[in-house]
Amino acid sequence: MTTLKARIKRNALPSAEKIEEEQLRLVWKTPIGWRYWTSVNNTQVGLWYGGAAFAFMLFGGVLALLVRTQLAVPGNNFLSADFYNQAFTLHGTVMMFLFAVPIFEAVAIFLLPPMLGARELPFPRLGAFGFWSFLIGGVFVCGSIFFDAAPSSGWFMYPPLATDKAYSGIGADIWLLGLSFIEVASIAAAVELIVGIMKCRAPGMRINLMPLFAWYLLIVAGMILFAFPPLIAGDILFEMQRMFDWPFFDPTRGGDPLLWQHLFWIFGHPEVYIIFLPAIALMAMIVPTFSQRPIVGYSWIVLAAVGTGFLSFGLWVHHMFATGLPQISLAFFSAASEAVAIPTGVQIFVFIATMLAGRVIFSVPMLFGAGGLAIFVIGGLTGVMVALVPFDWQAHDTYFIVAHLHYVLIGGMLFPLVAGVYYYYPLINARMLSPRLGRTAFWLMFAGFNVAFFPMHLSGLRGMPRRVFTYPEGIGWDWLNLISTIGAYVFAAGVLVVVFDVVRPKHREPRSEQNPWKAGTLEWLNEPEENWGVRSIPIIESRYPLWDQADLMQKVNEGAYYLRSAKENRRETLITSVLDAHPLQCQRVATSTTITIISAALLGGVFVALTFELWILALLSGIGTLSAVLWWLWTGTGETPEKKTKDVGLGLRLPLYASGPDSVGWWAMFITMVGDGTAFASLIFGYFFYWTIHPDFTLGQPGPGMRWPMIALSLFVAAWAAMLGARRLNASGWIDGARLALVAAFLLTLAASAAGFAGPWQHDMQPTAHVYPAIVWILVIWALAHAAVGSVMQLYCLARSLAGRLTREHDMELHNVALYWHFMAITAVITFAVIGLFPEAM
Amino acid sequence: MAIAGGFIWLTVIGLLAHATRHERTPIDERVASRLIFWGGAAIPSLLLFLLLGYALWLMPGLRPFARAGEANGLRIEVTGEQFWWRVAYHPADGGVPILSANEIRLPVGERVEFLLKSTDVIHSFWIPALGGKMDMIPGRVNRLSLLATKPGTYRGPCAEYCGTSHALMTFTAVAMQPAAFREWLAVRANPSPGASLPGRDIFLRNGCGACHRVAGTQAEGGVGPDLSHMGSRGTIGAGVLTTDDEAVRSFIAHPHLIKPGSKMPDFNMLPQQDIAEIASWLKGLE
Repeated sequence: MTTLKARIKRNALPSAEKIEEEQLRLVWKTPIGWRYWTSVNNTQVGLWYGGAAFAFMLFGGVLALLVRTQLAVPGNNFLSADFYNQAFTLHGTVMMFLFAVPIFEAVAIFLLPPMLGARELPFPRLGAFGFWSFLIGGVFVCGSIFFDAAPSSGWFMYPPLATDKAYSGIGADIWLLGLSFIEVASIAAAVELIVGIMKCRAPGMRINLMPLFAWYLLIVAGMILFAFPPLIAGDILFEMQRMFDWPFFDPTRGGDPLLWQHLFWIFGHPEVYIIFLPAIALMAMIVPTFSQRPIVGYSWIVLAAVGTGFLSFGLWVHHMFATGLPQISLAFFSAASEAVAIPTGVQIFVFIATMLAGRVIFSVPMLFGAGGLAIFVIGGLTGVMVALVPFDWQAHDTYFIVAHLHYVLIGGMLFPLVAGVYYYYPLINARMLSPRLGRTAFWLMFAGFNVAFFPMHLSGLRGMPRRVFTYPEGIGWDWLNLISTIGAYVFAAGVLVVVFDVVRPKHREPRSEQNPWKAGTLEWLNEPEENWGVRSIPIIESRYPLWDQADLMQKVNEGAYYLRSAKENRRETLITSVLDAHPLQCQRVATSTTITIISAALLGGVFVALTFELWILALLSGIGTLSAVLWWLWTGTGETPEKKTKDVGLGLRLPLYASGPDSVGWWAMFITMVGDGTAFASLIFGYFFYWTIHPDFTLGQPGPGMRWPMIALSLFVAAWAAMLGARRLNASGWIDGARLALVAAFLLTLAASAAGFAGPWQHDMQPTAHVYPAIVWILVIWALAHAAVGSVMQLYCLARSLAGRLTREHDMELHNVALYWHFMAITAVITFAVIGLFPEAM
Repeated sequence: MAIAGGFIWLTVIGLLAHATRHERTPIDERVASRLIFWGGAAIPSLLLFLLLGYALWLMPGLRPFARAGEANGLRIEVTGEQFWWRVAYHPADGGVPILSANEIRLPVGERVEFLLKSTDVIHSFWIPALGGKMDMIPGRVNRLSLLATKPGTYRGPCAEYCGTSHALMTFTAVAMQPAAFREWLAVRANPSPGASLPGRDIFLRNGCGACHRVAGTQAEGGVGPDLSHMGSRGTIGAGVLTTDDEAVRSFIAHPHLIKPGSKMPDFNMLPQQDIAEIASWLKGLE
């Protein structure tokens, strides 16, 4: 059915329904003029996010071309050694942190709500905040190269090269702080996506009916939650060493450069799969459409994706085979690295089997998909080779690895992504991209890629190390490098064709149909002209509802299902149960606001000021960020609705307010704290890592003693108990009692923090003297910083209660803060037990 | 491995190409599921299992488990520096170590144990023709044993990115017949007779000895490479230039042009004549 017909049909509706539709349209309307940028709707944020990530990709591509030009001939002096090192460092950094991960957050933010039949993700402002943080951080990191101040220690930033100010300049700080900021944005996106996928599906879309894209994104967001925090923990140690000379990686004072390598690769290897799985997810949407049948082996591919996600956390040491670790652990990680090939193989064969079982229409998205697969399989096979320890001892840190990783990432990520661009473009612009340009681009990219990267296998096997800015003539690398450079330019030409196809004006072309590829999944109900996602939220009974549920598109467009109107002028979406997607609540979501931009800019100010060691500015920005966030929370969250329930259509009444595990905010807190707990676990890992590498861990340095840590531990547990008491008293209706308990909890937190501080302070532990006092201080600071946040939360609850915004029935804040305090209590108990008891027990 | 890999690639891509043909009849869903099981899971598992077993079996042979203090033969200590290699030969009898830089000689047919260290940043020691690489990490001593089976001269690049001139950090490994090696080492135990040319005094007068050591002179510096027998090494600047008068002169005058990020200051302010004298003296230290 074309949209034109739908329009005519709608015009024929009785006027009451027409008014209803207009009102819904108005509520979801995108602001115009400069206010366009205050939009928080997933469609705009997704597009900006994607556009920015794509622009960063082009920037990273230009850096790659500079690198390739320098290496075209031996002894070239096109770039200076230092600039070359900045260029390759930034190339890797940009592609990994500013393109590969964010582009999928972008695609997910754009696609997930329509795919799940939701109007919006549960936290639109969080998504927008993440985008602005990403943009500010990315521009900051990329811009540094124009001031000759870009990081130049490689994207992996190994200490001591990157931690010691004698070897690396401000570029290292820019890398660390700029990227920490972006990591925060990634975790924000992960929280939003997980809650969105679990709680915002259309009624009836049970978890086993979920589109595969959602499954994959759920897995990937979960991986981000466990993979990024170790890097953040590493970044903290790293920056403490750079700024204040705390010796975490300095072997002369008990530190060890290898700890960074562990933390970095515990992040860095899952990162590869965080990049790769969403691309496979796009293929899992594209392949069934063009095979004209449902996917074969839905459970196989879901299990394989989950398996890949788990295994990816057990492989990190294969980046460290040459560091001299015991051979027995090398053998273990080698086996795990081989094992991950198996779920990957399953996923590839699911696609092949689906195609064999259907009738394939070989369009441009399929062309890119198949080409990507052909490239990826080569990368997978070389991956099996380098996972073998003896082979890796030769291939490690050579151009063989450069070839391998580009085969994996470009075949496994970039080609499927371009396939996704060609496939989903009609959802952005209601036009199709040109098949002719698409084919041209494909062949340029495919041929250029192989010409560029295949010879690198050989130059690597001939002994060419990575990250060299030049090489001597006549040792067998000359012609291989020249060919690679030519290929790189052909590849770049192909990318430019894609860019041209995407940006060329298309307003004269006819509007495409609403579901031009005849796909079976819900996102094709979306019309780019409408910002509301779907006209009404349907009931789902199948994995491919547009194929299996008769007249679904027509009925949705006629408003035959839930939330067809917006009578209270509010943006609303449905919250459903995690497994069975029973409707639970009508959630009101935020509309356009500037607070997200302001908060992101202020937080960006903190990181930029820290980079240049402008302490006062950093402090002021920090206070500004805190105020902005509090204002955001106070005015925009936990609002008391004007009525208890609302008729959402089809005779269903749903509550407008939920607290505790029924509310999305509780889930977001839970998920955030899991990520936070992972960072904390990484610091604890650091403590015991130092203990394992030293026969005498403390090396005669004073410890925090047992008394103060135990006092702190008890007081924190008491504060936690008071917090739980406050929640319970509030629920029982004794509001004054709840307020008193909150005050008690706050005072106990202050006392506990002072006691926690007193341990290392009274024993005069000097963090610059040795790694033992340094790691103890870091753990204490971590706990105290969390206590500070926890006490702000207590005061916030108290203020809400006094202002009448937190009542017996509307106690969402108390539930969420109590949940925070569960994690706070665990953190405090572990911290003070470890620093207080462990040295004594030894 | 490459052939097997090529075969697997052709099979998968052939299957894929077949699947894209529009005219063929779709296969049954049960057959398709079986394809996923065998092609995606069962066969790869079997192949990987065999391959892994073979690789694990190879490992101890390639890197014998050497324990500290157990080595009975020659031990060569190599320390990575930005951007050159400090070399010390520890004789088996525990005598005075013989110092050198940027060149490693070893006897053919005898296992040599390398002690790999670093004092500044992480480097990686690698002689591609003789065996895999091993990182040099500050605060750790990594051990690697190598066995040269053929005499020859091999290139050894630094394999871990170590800063500005990482690309210009290589050494030469020379595998010699054992007898020739021992003779060579014995000669190195004594200062080079080197002609007592005027260059020597200019070298000492300008403070070069604060960083460089030349055995038999007052030059005792330990910051830069040992130059005691520099003339006998094939290259200078850790593999950057071939040792000849011209190269030595230009390196003394402006090391930063040749090797960005090097710690050695430019000596361009010295009279050309003095530089030439130093160069010809150094080159004569054989």
